[in-house]
Amino acid sequence: MRYDTIIIGGGLSGLVCGIKLQEAGRSCAIISAGQSALHFSSGAFDLLGVTADGTEVERPFDALKSLPAEHPYSKVGADGVEAYARALPQWFAQMGIVLNGDVERNSSRITPLGIVRKSWMMLDEYTPLADEAAIAGSRYLIVNFAGFLDFYPKFIADCLEQRGGKCRMEVLSMSAVEKLRINPTEMRSANIAKVFQSQRQLDKLVELVNSKASEGETVVLPATFGLSDTLPVEYLRSHCRNNLMFVSPVPPSISGIRVQRRLQAHFVKLGGRFYAGDTVNGATLEGNRVTGIATVNHSDILFHADNYVVATGSFFSNGIVARSNEVVEPIFGADVNYDTNRDRWFDRCVMNRQPYMDFGVATDADFRMLKGGRPFDNMYAIGSVLDGHNPLEEGSGSGVAIITAMHVANSILTNTAKR
Amino acid sequence: MKTDNNASAQREYDVIIIGGGATGAGTARDCALRGLSVLLLERFDFTAGATGRNHGLLHSGARYAMTDGESAAECIKENMILKNIANHCVEDTSGLFVTLPEDDISYQAKFIDACNNVGIHAYPINPKDAIRMEPSVNKSIVGAVVVPDGSIDPFRLTTANILDATAHGATALTFHEVVGFEMSQNRVVGVKTLNHKNGERRSYYSKLVINAGGIWGHKIAQMAGVAVNMFPAKGALLVFGHRVNNVVINRCRKPADADILVPGDMICVIGTTSSRVPYEEIDNMNVTADEVATLLREGEKLAPSLASTRILRAYSGVRPLVAADNDPSGRNISRGIVLLDHAVRDGLEGFITITGGKLMTYRLMAEWATDLACRKLGVEVPCTTALRPLPGSTIAGQSEEAAETPVVESTTPANIQRAEVDRHGELAKRIARTNCYDHSLVCECENVTVGEVEYAFKELSADTLTALRRRTRVGMGTCQGELCSCRAAGLLSRAHGCSEKAKAELVNFLNERWKGIYPVAWGDSLRGAQLASWIYGSVCGLNTIKPTDKIAKK
Repeated sequence: MRYDTIIIGGGLSGLVCGIKLQEAGRSCAIISAGQSALHFSSGAFDLLGVTADGTEVERPFDALKSLPAEHPYSKVGADGVEAYARALPQWFAQMGIVLNGDVERNSSRITPLGIVRKSWMMLDEYTPLADEAAIAGSRYLIVNFAGFLDFYPKFIADCLEQRGGKCRMEVLSMSAVEKLRINPTEMRSANIAKVFQSQRQLDKLVELVNSKASEGETVVLPATFGLSDTLPVEYLRSHCRNNLMFVSPVPPSISGIRVQRRLQAHFVKLGGRFYAGDTVNGATLEGNRVTGIATVNHSDILFHADNYVVATGSFFSNGIVARSNEVVEPIFGADVNYDTNRDRWFDRCVMNRQPYMDFGVATDADFRMLKGGRPFDNMYAIGSVLDGHNPLEEGSGSGVAIITAMHVANSILTNTAKR
Repeated sequence: MKTDNNASAQREYDVIIIGGGATGAGTARDCALRGLSVLLLERFDFTAGATGRNHGLLHSGARYAMTDGESAAECIKENMILKNIANHCVEDTSGLFVTLPEDDISYQAKFIDACNNVGIHAYPINPKDAIRMEPSVNKSIVGAVVVPDGSIDPFRLTTANILDATAHGATALTFHEVVGFEMSQNRVVGVKTLNHKNGERRSYYSKLVINAGGIWGHKIAQMAGVAVNMFPAKGALLVFGHRVNNVVINRCRKPADADILVPGDMICVIGTTSSRVPYEEIDNMNVTADEVATLLREGEKLAPSLASTRILRAYSGVRPLVAADNDPSGRNISRGIVLLDHAVRDGLEGFITITGGKLMTYRLMAEWATDLACRKLGVEVPCTTALRPLPGSTIAGQSEEAAETPVVESTTPANIQRAEVDRHGELAKRIARTNCYDHSLVCECENVTVGEVEYAFKELSADTLTALRRRTRVGMGTCQGELCSCRAAGLLSRAHGCSEKAKAELVNFLNERWKGIYPVAWGDSLRGAQLASWIYGSVCGLNTIKPTDKIAKK
C-alpha cells in the first residue's frame, strides 16, 4: 500500500496534519491504535498558559519569545506559531468546530471541580469566562441528572458564590437517564449524551429546565450533549427560556469526542484513509530513510510512503515507553530525551511540576526524528510525543499538537513534490 | 462507630488507650467487653501506622518456627482464633514454603520438625503437586511444604474491633494526638490532647493509661517520663495489580528479603525488606529504588510472572522492635510481645505499655494488656475475645450459606453485593439501598457504591478520603484513584457541605497515592500516573492547590 504520507497516530495532532496534507491534494493514511487524548479534553484548547518562570500568560503571542530554544514553539518560530494560531478558528469552523474566545488573549474556564483555570479557546458549547466581575449579582441554577457522579454542582456553586453569584441546585429525574443506572458503570457522560441524541428526550429536558428555572437565572448544565455535532446544544439554547452555561464533567469529554469525530470525518471526506484499531509494529529502513512500516492487522503487507509522521502521543498513548531504567520510542528505537537517573523523573509532591512530563523524542530543527543523533530523512514527529515541553505545567498541550502538525505538513508540502 | 458523642473532660474513664492500630482497637474492645469505661485516642486515623502497612498475612507461624518458637506458637493459636472470630477479614488460602534450586534442601526437614513441634500442621508435598496447587509458583522448585497460612485484611479487622468496642460503650476519637500527660505526683491521671481537625487542646482523665502506640509508643513513654527503647525496623513491600497467586508463597530458608508473596482481594503483595531507620524518619518513609529492585528480583524467583505484572505501588511500615531493659544498644532485640507495668518497672503509677508483637498477635496483646488493667483496677472479668465473633463475622457453618444468598433483596447486582459482604461481612446489610442511586458505582475497580461510601461516612467515622479508602477500598484498585477519588470527593463535599475542604482532601489523597506510585512508576504505572495528572492537574485544575497533609508537610 502506498501513500504520499503515512501518519502514525489518529489524535488531534495526526488528524490536523493529515487534513492539511489532504487539502493540498496529497494522499494520506492515518494508522490509529485506539482512543486519543481528545477523550480527556477539558473542553478548551490551550496555547500557552504559563511561562517557564511560572508567570501566568495573558497574551500568549507575546510570551512565545520567552520560551527556551528546544521548545517545539521555538522551533516553529514565534511568528509561525502566531500565524498558525490566528488561522485556526476559521479553519476549524469549516469542519463544524467552533472555537470561542479571542486568539490574542487567554480567557478562563470553570473546571469540573469549580476551579477557574486559564485557557486559550473554548470548544463549541463552552463560553469563556471573559469577565469574572459579571458573575457578581447574577443568579444561577445548577442542574444535574440524578445519580450522575461525574458532575459536581456543589463545587461549581461555591466557585460562583465566591465571586458574588447566587446559586440554587436542582437534581433532574428523567426515566431515560435513570435507566442507565441499571448497569452501575453506565452512568457516564458519553452514555448520557447518547440518551439526548433523541429529540423526544431533548424536548423533555427543555420542559424540565423551563419548569425549574426562574426568570433571569442562568442555567448551568453538565456538558453531556452532542457526540457528533452541536445540534442538541443549539436546540437546548434556542428552546430553553433561560441563558444556558455548560460546565465540563470529568472525562470522558463529549466535546473532545465530538472534535475527534469531526476531524476524522473531514479527513475521510477529503479522501484520507483512516485505519482504526491498527498498531504499527515494525519498520524497514535504508540508511536514514524509512521505506516502509508494518502493522498488526496487515502483517504481510507493508505500508510505503515518501514521508512518515509520528504523532503517537506521550507515555499514556505509548508514543514513548518507560522501563525501570530507560525511556524508549517503541517503533523505530528513535532517540528520546530523558534523564538517565530515575530518581529525577518525579517530584514527590503530586501537584508539582513532574520532570518526566518533559520527556519525548528528540528532533532536529525541522522536527525530523533522530536515531543515534542523526536525523531520519523522511520521518517527523509532532504533538505530545515531542520533547522540550511540559504540556500540563505550561498549558500548551493542544497548541503544540496543532501547531507542530500544521508546521510539519507545510514542510512536507514544501520539501516533497506532488507525485 | 459512634465515636465522639459522649467524650467529656470532666468524666474520669477507667482507661485511656493511646493508638488506633489493631492493638489499640483490640484493647479497647477487650476492656469494653469486660465492663471498663474506655476512651481510645488516635493521632490520625485508625490503621494509619504499622497496622495498615504490612503484608496482610495471616501467619501460620511457620516463618518463625525455626528462629522463635514462642512467637510461632502464639501465631498458630491466634491464626485459628481469627479464622473463627473474624472470618469476614480472613481468607483461608493455605500457604507453601518452597525450596528453589539455589536454596539448601536440608533446611526443609528441620523446618517441618520445628513447625510440628509448636503445633503448626506442616507437611511436604511433591513439587509437581505444589505447582498444580499454585500454578504461578516457580516451576523449578525442588521442594514444597504446605502450611496453614492465609491472608487477613487489617483495615477490616481494626474497624470491626472499633465497632464492637463502641457498641459496648467505648468512645474512640480520631485525629486526637496525645501531646502530654496529666500527672499527680508519681501517677499518670490523664492525657493532654491536640485535635488535628480544629486545633483544640484539652485534657482527658482516667484511672489508667495504656500506651498502644506501636513504634510511636517510644515517644509517648518518653512524654510520661519513662524510657522504652524501641528501634524502628522498616519493611518495604510492593503491591501488584493482579492476584497472581491464590496460595501464600514463602521461601523455605532463613528469613530474608522478599520471601513472602501474599494474595489479597484482587491483588498480591511481595515483601519485605528489613532495615533499621532513624526514629526521625518514621513519619515520612519513602521506598528506595534499591528496595524496589530487591523486592522485584527476589519476588520473581517465587512467582516468575511478577516480572510482567503491573506494579501498583510501593509502601513501607515500621515494626517496633523493643530492646531488653539491660541492653540500650538494641542488639538483644525481642520480636515477641512486650507488656510493661511502669509502676513495677519505673515507679510510675497508672501507666502501661503494650508493644512489640505482630498484627497476628494483636488480640493476645490486647488480652495481656487488659488482664493487667483489670488486675490494677480490681476488676475480675475473664477475657472472651478468643471466642466472641467480631461484628461482621458470620458464625461458623453459616458462612457458606451466607455466601449463596444475597444479603438483601434489591436491584444491586450480585457482584457488588458480594464485594460489600466481603468487606463488611454481616454488617453489609446496614448499607443503604433505600433508593435507586445507592448502587451507583463510585469506584469501579473495587465495586464501591454510593451506599457503601455513605455508610462509611456515617457509621465508620470515615471523614477524610484516606479514611474512606481504609474502610472501603475506594482508590485502592488498579486505577489508584483516577476517577473514583473525584467522585468520592463530590460525595464528601455533599456530606460536609464544604467544597474547599473536599478539594484539599482530594489533593492530600492524590498525594498519598502518589507517594506509593512514583517509586514504581514505569510501564503501565507511569501511563496511569500521567493520565491521572492530566485529569486532576489540567482538566480539573487541581495543580493550583498544594497538599496540606500534616505528614506530607513534615
